[in-house]
Amino acid sequence: MCENVEFRFYSSGLLRRDAIIRGRECGAREKPMSSAAAKRRRPKYLSLSALLFEIRLPPAAWVSGFHRISGFLLFLPFTAWLLYLLDTSLASEQGFAHVRSDYLESPLAKLALLVFAWAFAHHFCAGVRFLLIDMNKGVDLPQARYSSYAVFAASILITLFVGWRLWW
Amino acid sequence: MVVNRVVVGAHYGTGSWIAQRVTALLMALYTLLLLGVFLARRGPMDYAAWKALFASGWMRVATLIFAVSLAWHAWVGLRDILMDYARPDSLRFALQVASIVLIAVYLGWTVQILWR
Repeated sequence: MCENVEFRFYSSGLLRRDAIIRGRECGAREKPMSSAAAKRRRPKYLSLSALLFEIRLPPAAWVSGFHRISGFLLFLPFTAWLLYLLDTSLASEQGFAHVRSDYLESPLAKLALLVFAWAFAHHFCAGVRFLLIDMNKGVDLPQARYSSYAVFAASILITLFVGWRLWW
Repeated sequence: MVVNRVVVGAHYGTGSWIAQRVTALLMALYTLLLLGVFLARRGPMDYAAWKALFASGWMRVATLIFAVSLAWHAWVGLRDILMDYARPDSLRFALQVASIVLIAVYLGWTVQILWR
């Protein structure tokens, strides 16, 4: 489709509204744009459907996007839910028994725990990756790609392990 | 065009950036601590053991540090998200206030649970 397209990433993630496409675009190949026209066309805002279906995001972008989604989920609803569980289980012996034997045995609660496990694992692994990149470790493209796949592999393995412990 | 800019200003962003990473590190350490506690356990985790764990001074302090780190970390992250997606400004402002209130509720609840 288009050539010389390059993305600018922000440390906070690609899912920003102002993910910018730089470089040449289709149709503008032959004649250079006037500076006013060039200014008008940048930054270029990508819709969610464009991000998902029209361009191919690199693995690092998926890690970044899911880092944001999992972070939000961990804050709401999971922090509230875990505080409720901690409160109930520490309040009384009956509360502890209720949480342990009734509440957390229900399929819905187990599913919620599984989602929590994925969100925590992904946020943790991707966060460690970001910290390493901040310290200039694994900044080059091959390593950054490799570590992105490693984050997905690790978080999925942890989620599978938790699922195995929950149901078997 | 590449312009060499001299970075000036109050550096609020730098402060948030550092806070986000320091709190992340503290929470990661707490996670490893919790993992260590559970792996080092002998016998089942019953109510007495569970209560004793959160009655010990070091666990209370560690959990409080975790809770404060979470509050700060969540604020930086939520603010990033709201600045990126919440339009118009009035909606963003309302959601930011709601976030602060929720963070305060979480913190107060945590203290209440730990020092009952």
